[in-house]
Amino acid sequence: MINAVYQLVKPGMIDVTYKEFALEGDKAVVRPLRLSICKADSRYYGGKRSHEAIRRKLPMALIHECVAEVVYDPSGAFSPGARVVPVPNAPTHSDDVVAENYLESSRFASSSADGFLQDYIFIEPTRLVPMPEDIDLNVAAFTELVSVAMHAVARFEKFSHARRDDLGVWGDGNLGYITALMLKYVFPYASLRVFGAVEEKLSYFTFAAGAYHVDADIGGMRVDHAFECVGGSDSAAAVNQIIGLIKPEGTVALLGVSETDVPLNTRLILEKGLRVFGSSRSGKADFVSAVELMRQYPEIPRYLVNLVGDVVEVRSIRDIHRAFELESKRSFGKTVLVWNK
Amino acid sequence: MVIGAVFAGGSGSRMGSTDTPKQYLMLGSKPILVHTVEKLYLHPALDHIVVLCPENWIRQTLDMLSKSLPADGRLAVIAGGATRNDTLANAIAYVEKQFGLAPDTVLLTHDAVRPFVTHRIISENIEAARKYGACDTVVAASDTIVESADNRFISAIPERRMMYQGQTPQTFLALKLKTVFESLTTAEKATLTDACKVFSLKGEPVRLVEGEVFNIKITYPFDLKVAAALLEGAARDD
Repeated sequence: MINAVYQLVKPGMIDVTYKEFALEGDKAVVRPLRLSICKADSRYYGGKRSHEAIRRKLPMALIHECVAEVVYDPSGAFSPGARVVPVPNAPTHSDDVVAENYLESSRFASSSADGFLQDYIFIEPTRLVPMPEDIDLNVAAFTELVSVAMHAVARFEKFSHARRDDLGVWGDGNLGYITALMLKYVFPYASLRVFGAVEEKLSYFTFAAGAYHVDADIGGMRVDHAFECVGGSDSAAAVNQIIGLIKPEGTVALLGVSETDVPLNTRLILEKGLRVFGSSRSGKADFVSAVELMRQYPEIPRYLVNLVGDVVEVRSIRDIHRAFELESKRSFGKTVLVWNK
Repeated sequence: MVIGAVFAGGSGSRMGSTDTPKQYLMLGSKPILVHTVEKLYLHPALDHIVVLCPENWIRQTLDMLSKSLPADGRLAVIAGGATRNDTLANAIAYVEKQFGLAPDTVLLTHDAVRPFVTHRIISENIEAARKYGACDTVVAASDTIVESADNRFISAIPERRMMYQGQTPQTFLALKLKTVFESLTTAEKATLTDACKVFSLKGEPVRLVEGEVFNIKITYPFDLKVAAALLEGAARDD
């Protein structure tokens, strides 16, 4: 079948291209229902990646956050009409030690392969995760981001010591919000505090025990473990504040992406015996646990609705541009695309 | 119920490169017709798809389609007619015989040689046919259209912003289409080769559905080159 693929040709320029896909293979075919824009997509669109990265990766269809409907599955695992979330990470082999999202050979939609801005997505049926129909479609669109938070939580459980009374999340953006929300439900007895730089955004964290401005008098506060969801140019300040406030032998999860090197107070890391670990993207198991947690606690999708910002109906390439332009002006929340292209 | 009818009538009936009907020419790794039928087959709103082709191509058409699509009863291949109107009449008769014509039965007709049709165009056709009874897929005219009554001099230049170029699908409530079609005289049937025009002349509304510039009809060798270049371009991108 000839599939229309909407590729970023150069920053700010999207063009349609056509690719032939075989229906007689073993891939399932799904049709995007809603998609949402990730900061990584925005960086490509806005030309904020290095010249070398842009030259190497484009043209490429953007977007890796999506909820879709199955239209065809030769394996019979899914019926037509089934609502699913496609996993953007495509491992080429499995490894007993290294998780699929860290394997260098894995392909990732909208990074090393075309993303989901396509008329139809061809994908292995084993890379589809069922999505309950009663979960808000706009929220389901960014399940991938929820799975990224779940992945960090799962790694935290693996790496951290058992005293988890005081947890801290640094970052008042989307990832900070979702990570804090997941922690709230996975560790209901922990005291959860959020640290951020924008008062208004901090006021959204109503479910946390406290939300504090990083410049406020927080020197006396202590956390057992911390999650850094800041990234960018403020990474260093955030991580070093964490290193200062965290108790000895605590665990620091790094989730924020920075384009530059980040200087760290290694002396204190050593003195306190901290464990610092990175967490990036997610694997299928994290999607499954994210959907399961949303199903188990219907309050979670209700909280996540607060993240839904602009909802843009897409019938033309012009509409895709409009969605990316709205996203670029957004300081909090997600831009969701209703895919009617 | 929604039925897709793919018009693969075309001319030419002999095997051999030059006389192969254009819908059977290869585009990428498959005949054009197969790409087009796959597109309709994948749309969840279509309950059934009937391909209307030259009678002596029915077997080959079935062979080609069975290589790509499962034999799940959603697909049939029958003989088209000598003219587009005859093919349309065959499609209506087939739907009536197989499924009956309920007032809400939708018939989506599409050229076999337009494989670039999209999910959106199909969805909006079905929606518009249900709401208005008939619809036509169009794109705004980019060139100025000139009219010449004698084929020598311009008789009129219509205002471009009111001009559109017709594509397919054309979609109808099947029962209404049958009624309108049967009201035509033999002479009218001979001259009215476009079902939407028939509706329009009979005073029935025909809603416009926005097509795509790339939803091209592969009519001439030039078109096939364009279509192949679009796919080749994609291959180079990989």
